Amino acid sequence: MKEIERPTRNNLEGIGGWLNPSRYGWERISYWFQRLTGVFLLVYFIGHVYETSTIVNGQNAWESFLELTQTLWGHLFLIMVIGASTFHSANGIRLIFTHAGIGLGTPGRPDYPYNPASLNYRQKSGIWIALILAAAAMFYGFNVLFGV
Amino acid sequence: MNNTTIDNKNERRITLKVYRENRGQDSGSHHDTFEVPYKKWTTVLDALLYVKSYMDPSVAIRYSCRMASCGSCGMKINGVPKLACYTKISELETSTVECEPLPNFPIIRDLVTDFSRFFNHHKSMQPYIQTNDSTEADNSKGTFSFYQSPEDVDKYLQFSYCIKCGLCYSACPTVGTDLNFPGPQALAQQYRYFADTRDESKKRLDIVDDRHGIWRCHFAGSCSKVCPKGVDPALGIQLLRSYMLGISKNDKIPAKKIEINDDNNNNGKI
Ligand code: HEM
Ligand code: SF4
Ligand code: FES
Repeated sequence: MKEIERPTRNNLEGIGGWLNPSRYGWERISYWFQRLTGVFLLVYFIGHVYETSTIVNGQNAWESFLELTQTLWGHLFLIMVIGASTFHSANGIRLIFTHAGIGLGTPGRPDYPYNPASLNYRQKSGIWIALILAAAAMFYGFNVLFGV
Repeated sequence: MNNTTIDNKNERRITLKVYRENRGQDSGSHHDTFEVPYKKWTTVLDALLYVKSYMDPSVAIRYSCRMASCGSCGMKINGVPKLACYTKISELETSTVECEPLPNFPIIRDLVTDFSRFFNHHKSMQPYIQTNDSTEADNSKGTFSFYQSPEDVDKYLQFSYCIKCGLCYSACPTVGTDLNFPGPQALAQQYRYFADTRDESKKRLDIVDDRHGIWRCHFAGSCSKVCPKGVDPALGIQLLRSYMLGISKNDKIPAKKIEINDDNNNNGKI
């Protein structure tokens, strides 16, 4: 029999699986958003270190860089940072507990329709609260930056 | 009598869109569509078997039990991994039902995928009970059974319901990018044996303590979302990790062995 050639990576979902959070409920959205905000915060953090390091080139360099954040797009970027860091921290604290097996319920005897204990409403509420906190923080930031 | 007669006038039809590829012939892939009649109780597997019987016998599928027990009919149905025999067309509420091979499993032909990698990960977990003494395996010393209380059984029972259908492996975002990650099924089975009071292996935590091991789980929960048997692999993984992090202490008391003495006919009672 001719052996079927199978590249091992055939049919792997790949990064596309990470990037599409729409199919598996709130926990998958949390996974996607934690990663997205984490990478975004990393980019911000690098930029932030670069920004603050301009002080070694004197006050003028520092101030001309700071002006970037006083533009419309600078404000919008900062509002994104506020939202991302709020969600990432709040949901991150939830994840620290879940990764340690806390708040997920105990194994039992599964019965139809087999609702999994680990995807319980305590966890879903945690995700929703992190999203609401992020929205509230962005709203507050918007008022401070654009408010009269 | 009326409700037992078949009502052909109200027969509904569904468009079945089936992924076709024969990797043996290297001829590329395409989708075929079929118009299939269905009733309220018709499953996706029933519809595929209708296609095979009356329209195109060459459609390749794998199935056996038709009752969510054997775990062989897993496929991507409308974008989500499901058992074809456990998914009713009427419940999908779409006019087209798209059937594709399970993601993260190499395609062999059409909807049939290769489970070797998945089974190898399962085997690497040493999925069997290991004890330190061989009395219960030694026939010359009589027959033994283990004593476990209902509470002892509850600790692992739900994980032992796994039918190895691979839906969780298919839904997991980490598996999708890391071939060396054992996946939710295997990791949950590691917990199943770790929590079993009959098992005395000291190696279980070491097996999953790897750069590509349990630490790659980010609790996206998709495994538990798609599992058709209520195994909740995500729960097993987090509970196992709690032992690895030292949050839970392993205070397992090994199950007592009880000799079954036929002469006294006590049937293993203490
Ligand atoms: C209060 C502060 C923070 C907390 C509590 C926190 C918590 C967490 C946790 C628990 C995870 C792991 C999630 C998982 O296993 O999937 C995570 C992932 C991550 N965090 Fe943070 N974090 C914080 C701040 C930051 C900051 C400031 C940055 C960037 C400079 C950052 C970047 C990342 C990145 C890139 C990931 C990877 C995403 C992933 O694993 O999917 N985090 N964070
Ligand atoms: S854990 Fe559930 S989804 Fe995964 S292989 Fe076992 S039965 Fe299938
Ligand atoms: S045919 Fe056995 S699980 Fe579907």
